Amino acid sequence: MTSGAARIGAEPRRGVRLTILLVVGLVFAIPIIAMIEFTFRAGLGGGYTLDHWTALLDPEQNRKYRQLFTAVGNSGVLAVVTVGIVLFILLPTMILVQLQFPRLRRTLEFICIIPITVPAIVLVVGLAPVYAVVVRIFGGSVWTLAFAYGITVLPYAYRAIQTNIAAVDMTTLSEAARSLGASWLNVLWRVLLPNLRRGILAASLISVAVVLGEYTIASLLNRSNLQTALVQVSRSDPYVAVIFTLLALGFVFVLLLLIGRIGSTRPGRKAS
Amino acid sequence: MTVANAPELVADVAGTPGSRRRPVARRRGLVRYLGLAPFAFYVLLFLAVPTLIALGTGFRDADGAFTLDNVAALADPVILGTFASSFWVSAFTAIVGAVVGALVCYAMLGLKADGAIRSFVDSASSVLAQFGGVMLAFAFIATIGIQGLVTIILRDTFGLDIYANGVWFYQVPGLLLPYIYFQVPLMVIVFMPALQGLKMQWAEASATLGGTPFTYWSRIAGPVLAPSFFGCLLLLFGNAFSSYATAAALISQGAQIVPLQIRAALISETVLGRSNMAGALALGMIVVMVVVMSAYSLLQSRTARWQQ
Repeated sequence: MTSGAARIGAEPRRGVRLTILLVVGLVFAIPIIAMIEFTFRAGLGGGYTLDHWTALLDPEQNRKYRQLFTAVGNSGVLAVVTVGIVLFILLPTMILVQLQFPRLRRTLEFICIIPITVPAIVLVVGLAPVYAVVVRIFGGSVWTLAFAYGITVLPYAYRAIQTNIAAVDMTTLSEAARSLGASWLNVLWRVLLPNLRRGILAASLISVAVVLGEYTIASLLNRSNLQTALVQVSRSDPYVAVIFTLLALGFVFVLLLLIGRIGSTRPGRKAS
Repeated sequence: MTVANAPELVADVAGTPGSRRRPVARRRGLVRYLGLAPFAFYVLLFLAVPTLIALGTGFRDADGAFTLDNVAALADPVILGTFASSFWVSAFTAIVGAVVGALVCYAMLGLKADGAIRSFVDSASSVLAQFGGVMLAFAFIATIGIQGLVTIILRDTFGLDIYANGVWFYQVPGLLLPYIYFQVPLMVIVFMPALQGLKMQWAEASATLGGTPFTYWSRIAGPVLAPSFFGCLLLLFGNAFSSYATAAALISQGAQIVPLQIRAALISETVLGRSNMAGALALGMIVVMVVVMSAYSLLQSRTARWQQ
């Protein structure tokens, strides 16, 4: 028997660790590799080509993909508006509850977790009549869908911000600032928000990821976003659909890697 | 409203003079509750109202009159069949996902949380678990579709035709692999914190008293992790049960699982010749989800005892 943590058995041996990670990693890489291989296929006859990738940059073909590019734009707008909802509706409420209504913390948490129990496919049944009213007030533009997405991202955004709030003693900070004569706006802008920016950024990024991946609500309310357009395009040109899938997966992977970096920076590092 | 606020106000008056927070609160009185209004209004309009409408339509007939017909139709063999399919797909993928995911978590024990491997696995898990949806369907069409990479390699190199007995990929069994593909990453995300909550001292104490690694995992870590493991298993079940996008992209015809049945009801307005069946199906789903998620949070609170 060797000495150290391995013998105590709390942690896996190096070999075991590598074996598990390699086997699972390889199995999970297969679909990604298959997608990459697929985008270079010349057709059913076999052989490989770069055509499917170059076609994306070809102005001649642009008309064909316009629908897809429009959809990417739509998803972008939806992501921005959804992040707006998180920042201007959820965040102030969370700060307010933390400072002024400590007794409502559990209630707020409960409300924010509900969207996990009420799946999008159920929500959409009731959203149809609600959107009949929304369209009458705001018109039928794509951005209105963000109202529904704000609910979808609620559990993720809440968790990201709450983790940060729990790590910062907001009550003491705000009381200290208040006793030094700062106005509430000053407290919010120069004391609380700078301390919460990590959670705010993480909440925004995870919201963007969830919105870009959303399909259920958009498709059943007959709106066009990235995912519904991918399904449409895949029927006529599966290669482009898979190329966009790879790009989207890569983009969101980098986005989430960023969240990881933000999260791992230890709190208290910044001198204030 | 006023009655509910009364204890709050009394508490304010009785508040200690030393507190800086209280005087402000007292000055604002009821007005301070206005700050909660935007969020309350928003959640009411886009979460509470849609949910209630979804559940309410299940009890209405085509003319809007109250009826129990739709809910009774949940007992129809066709509907029960889709619920059964949903159940076994969710249960199977949850069990496989939980076991494989737990193994991956175990393999990552002792790695630095901000190290390269953990960062990579965490991000990749989030992408696949929370972002995949439709795109995972494409991934598996390219992998084990009729012209998929693995299908072709198995056929041409090993002479093994996985579709010898018919194409099962666009049926319920075809959902299993894509679902496992997002269940395992979700397990990694939700189970890792529990594994990290294990204290090194427990392992040391066990070793000091002559325990082998097997004793430690079976007598100490196992029982401590059990509530969390089963909680995560339930979460995975609920995740698969309520998942729509992957199935919708894969199965364009038919309604083999409950979410697809809701799609059929929403698009055609008639399932089993009934209108408003979507509401009844939504009710059925909610009942299952509430049971699953309540059990999940119960188990989670048991887990919390060992953390901190």
